[in-house]
Amino acid sequence: MRKTMEDILEELLQTSPYSLDKAEKRALYRKALSELTRRHYAACPEYQRILDALGFDAEADHELEEQPMLPVRLFKEYELLSVPREEVAKIMTSSGTSGQRVSKIFLDKTNTKNQTRVLTEIISSYIGKKRLPLLILDTRLALRDRSMFSARGAGIVGFSTFGRDTAYALNENMEIDIPAVQEFLKKHEGESILLFGYTYMIWQYAVCALREAGVCLQIGEGRLFHIGGWKKLKEQAVDSLKYNEAVREVLGNVAVYNYYGMAEQLGSVFVECEHGHMHCSNYSDVVIRRPADFSAAETGERGLIELVSLLPTSYPGHVLLTEDEGEILGEDDCPCGRKGKYFRIHGRIRGAEIRGCSDTYERH
Amino acid sequence: MTNMEKYNEAFTSTFGIGEDALENLEYQGIAAWDSVGHMQLIAALEEAFDIMFDTDDIIDLNSYQVGKQMLAKYEVEL
Repeated sequence: MRKTMEDILEELLQTSPYSLDKAEKRALYRKALSELTRRHYAACPEYQRILDALGFDAEADHELEEQPMLPVRLFKEYELLSVPREEVAKIMTSSGTSGQRVSKIFLDKTNTKNQTRVLTEIISSYIGKKRLPLLILDTRLALRDRSMFSARGAGIVGFSTFGRDTAYALNENMEIDIPAVQEFLKKHEGESILLFGYTYMIWQYAVCALREAGVCLQIGEGRLFHIGGWKKLKEQAVDSLKYNEAVREVLGNVAVYNYYGMAEQLGSVFVECEHGHMHCSNYSDVVIRRPADFSAAETGERGLIELVSLLPTSYPGHVLLTEDEGEILGEDDCPCGRKGKYFRIHGRIRGAEIRGCSDTYERH
Repeated sequence: MTNMEKYNEAFTSTFGIGEDALENLEYQGIAAWDSVGHMQLIAALEEAFDIMFDTDDIIDLNSYQVGKQMLAKYEVEL
């Protein structure tokens, strides 16, 4: 009998999130992704039409690389969902800049819950199960408009689960409130501090602002998780090495973890390990596609990043072709000990629709 | 205030609802109890009883009734 997605996820949640080796993962993904493809084929008419047009046999099992991928921008043009509308608990939107269409992702209760559980497993494997005092390097305002939740606000709330006594470092005008931050740090002196924010906003509104003010917050022990695009940073010639150094210069003894994920696949995020490698967990995988014919590229070969997640059950987003370019660096053999593929992201491909992710704050 | 009153107040003040709405209240059952509301509720409960939930319990606390049973784990008698 075929295992349901629910059984597969429950089993995975019993193990550590980077435990599957190449052979185990390949076997599991063949089953699980085929199951998801069948489910969405049966429940989402638009998805069914796409697969029929491709002549894809949804009934049979297929390997990871043969699963049909949807271009991520399809979620901007169409409302794709695999559950009845009355079961949709939340519509997630990507943060498009003004004038551009945003992705709409339809989540039911189960999908939402699985996203949270998996994010918890992945992040806890880096910081432990104990909740730490949390400093959000953003403003409370990002939590506005709760019915049409932006990815930026959702990221903050999702991360809040790992923290306690949450404080926000930026005021409503996106200025860092240095006395308030110092008071928070004083209150939690001697404790390990958790920090969260969006890559570019941290740079602009925390790092640069603190540099200008000539202030180092001297955090004794901290862990900063950040997510978001590097486009604007690259324009300023800031790479991850420079970024991490600058963060430590103004914040203190802080380990910096960059992670990667899309609003279209929240939960199954990719975290950069201490060796600077972006890792797939048991819940996600990556395939690099050659732009010429979309065939699967070899390790070390650049191409378009296809992201695969086991979580999307209420919308057909389990296999998505992004507009980012990257390369696979290896599998199962990173010195950090985590199993699974690890990769590098080179950024948005040329000619792709311009779309910032969560670094789209504009001054009014 | 009894512990039961404190427990109820965490819900009624966080979500702006009356006590009559509590019995069958579930996560995402009302607009106010979304993910943002959830973290506000957790903060209210932690403050009211001076406890700290485990991360897993934050996720599992998905209804008014489940929360009641969960508090026993943190040695809060309702």
